Amino acid sequence: MTVLVDKAKCIGCGACVTECPLEAIDLIDGLAVVDPKKCDNLGKCVSVCPTNALALPNQPIQPSEPKETINPKSGSKYNIQDPLPESVSDYAAGNEKKTIRSHVKPVAGGDIWSGVWVIIEYTNGNVAPVSWELLGEGRKLANSIGCDLCGVITGHMVDSVIPEAFAHGAEKVFVIDHPVLEDYRTEPYAEAITSLVTKYQPEIILMGATSMGRDVFPAVATKLQTGLTADCTVLGIDPETKLLLQTRPAFGGNIMATIMCRTRRPQMATVRPRVMGMPERVEGREGELIREEFSFSESDFHTKVLEFITSDAKSAFLDKAEIIVAVGLGLGAKRNLALAEDLAEALGATLAGSRGAVEAGWLTHDQQVGQSGVTVRPKVYIAIGISGAIQHLVGMETSDFIIAINNDPEASILKVANYGIVGDLFQIVPALTAEFKKRLQHGVAN
Amino acid sequence: MHFVVCLKQVPDTSEVRIDPITNTLMREGVPSIINPYDAHALEEAMRLKEKVGGKVTIVSMGPPQAKEALKKAMSYGADRAILLSDRAFGGSDSLATAYIIATALLKIHETEPIDLVFTGKEAIDGDTAQTGPGIAQRLGFPQLTYAIKVKELTDKTVTVVRKTESGRQVVQAELPALLTVEKELNDLRYATLPNMMKAAAYEPEMWNAKTLPYDTTQMGLKGSPTSVSRIFAPPGRSGGEIMDGTKDPAGTASSIVQKIFQQNIIMVNPRAKGGKH
Repeated sequence: MTVLVDKAKCIGCGACVTECPLEAIDLIDGLAVVDPKKCDNLGKCVSVCPTNALALPNQPIQPSEPKETINPKSGSKYNIQDPLPESVSDYAAGNEKKTIRSHVKPVAGGDIWSGVWVIIEYTNGNVAPVSWELLGEGRKLANSIGCDLCGVITGHMVDSVIPEAFAHGAEKVFVIDHPVLEDYRTEPYAEAITSLVTKYQPEIILMGATSMGRDVFPAVATKLQTGLTADCTVLGIDPETKLLLQTRPAFGGNIMATIMCRTRRPQMATVRPRVMGMPERVEGREGELIREEFSFSESDFHTKVLEFITSDAKSAFLDKAEIIVAVGLGLGAKRNLALAEDLAEALGATLAGSRGAVEAGWLTHDQQVGQSGVTVRPKVYIAIGISGAIQHLVGMETSDFIIAINNDPEASILKVANYGIVGDLFQIVPALTAEFKKRLQHGVAN
Repeated sequence: MHFVVCLKQVPDTSEVRIDPITNTLMREGVPSIINPYDAHALEEAMRLKEKVGGKVTIVSMGPPQAKEALKKAMSYGADRAILLSDRAFGGSDSLATAYIIATALLKIHETEPIDLVFTGKEAIDGDTAQTGPGIAQRLGFPQLTYAIKVKELTDKTVTVVRKTESGRQVVQAELPALLTVEKELNDLRYATLPNMMKAAAYEPEMWNAKTLPYDTTQMGLKGSPTSVSRIFAPPGRSGGEIMDGTKDPAGTASSIVQKIFQQNIIMVNPRAKGGKH
């Protein structure tokens, strides 16, 4: 007899494969498979299995752990009531005795890597707000580790961004300002970030999971030969090892996985926009500014930007909308879209939809909310005829207030809604529209 | 021109469900498909081949069953398909996967120089969007991600429209280059009967860890810097009030709207009611 695998529980994470000193386990087609010739029932794999899918032959397989849930809000919001750490307060007060602490603390991998860095995304004259959200989150990580929080700005003519980085909580700001960095291109940006990381050795670097972050970070991680986790929604620090816990949806949002990069540095992650809260902005806060030269020139690069066409599509705005009216397949047909459009019109809301509605051709890809679409965090999200597949929920469940209309009382969307209405959307939605119109037009709240 | 398409066989994640009792993934009966973004990558390679002439080679990494995805891809008219399959590759993260695929592409490049590599913007079972850029870096090819249009292809350059949050970027890169593509790039074709017959008889080439000069410390679980330390159910959001709107729809709508205004969830002041963009 050998170690037993419960195929229903195995998620193919491979923890057992690395743990087994006899190399008796392989991942085959995403499942752990034990080689009976090699397995000696040491049980090391059993103890590392995160889903209790393995058992020694003489012991029954353990029941699954009780469903663990995390509150995304309590886990990720920067609490502005929290006192700022000493070093930041010092900067804020313009104090001369700036405490540049040095943390000579060896970490796995051998070298000394210290500091949490946030790469600030600055393109076409705008800073992506996720950059500031990450300074808020980075502050908590840096406090947990006991290290500096730094901002990194690469681009051309970026001086206006520097005070903003300090105002949002960076203690140090690294800047590379060079004409070849004027437009975003992978090659020069990857070189700039890599050169700073190689010189100053931060232990953690973060960036927004935007099209830019998801383009440049894989290039940087490959240059540095380190691990990168995409699209994190929760970050934390392991209290014992001080390693970064990078949590992200996996398998199309069906499960959450916490990823670690144990032996290489830096630990890299991109983080979904609008998942972390905005930190308090303190006007006039100061810090240490470090400018670095950039030794590359235009001839070193193989791409050039010919043109940038600012988007007039609603996609650019869906993620910034305050009120969203979203439709799903429950709407039945494209012609019924008018129901939702009327409600959106009455509320000044933006129209969106589930993957089903987009694939049915009622809406464009730009309007898709969810795992393979846009993540939204509006003040109010009204879901009409959306059942609430997990892929949809991960893209909208951090909305402040959710109203769902569905004829199926068991629909998942009702489980995340603040107000759920079970009923016929063809009756409910027009009634809602009429009621909203009446009150908004007459200015009567009650 | 030589076009290489990197594609992945994935479980159709829209069909994956969680067992409500055991709280685990239900994999039984989940169909395997060509990653949808990769299908558009293949389509674009086929279109360019038809336009300028040349050859389309498909490369995939996965278990032996992934051959089916390659045969399917051949039915759209590709010329050659190679499956990188070895137990030593299993458990690779995106850094290790890019190493394995890039090494194979370099081997192909030696005998049949590559002009353009296409791949989907991400795979729907991982959503990392890291393997494509990782391959480009290792090959030293410029990468153009999130392509929604191939504007121009010459002997020396490719010009692509990229989709970003704030607009569309038109970028030109020297060849050889690597593109990762969005679904908007094109509409998929149907396989033709002759190609389907050709594909049915076609056996993809199988390459393993010994076919190429691989450094085995850079692959598999041991060669992957990232590892999964914990898996759990997605965060729940506690439900609120459920109202029955079947009997009196208008009355239910009225009472809910009243509650919304009472709690200032939507303000009466039109300036505060949320911008229309």
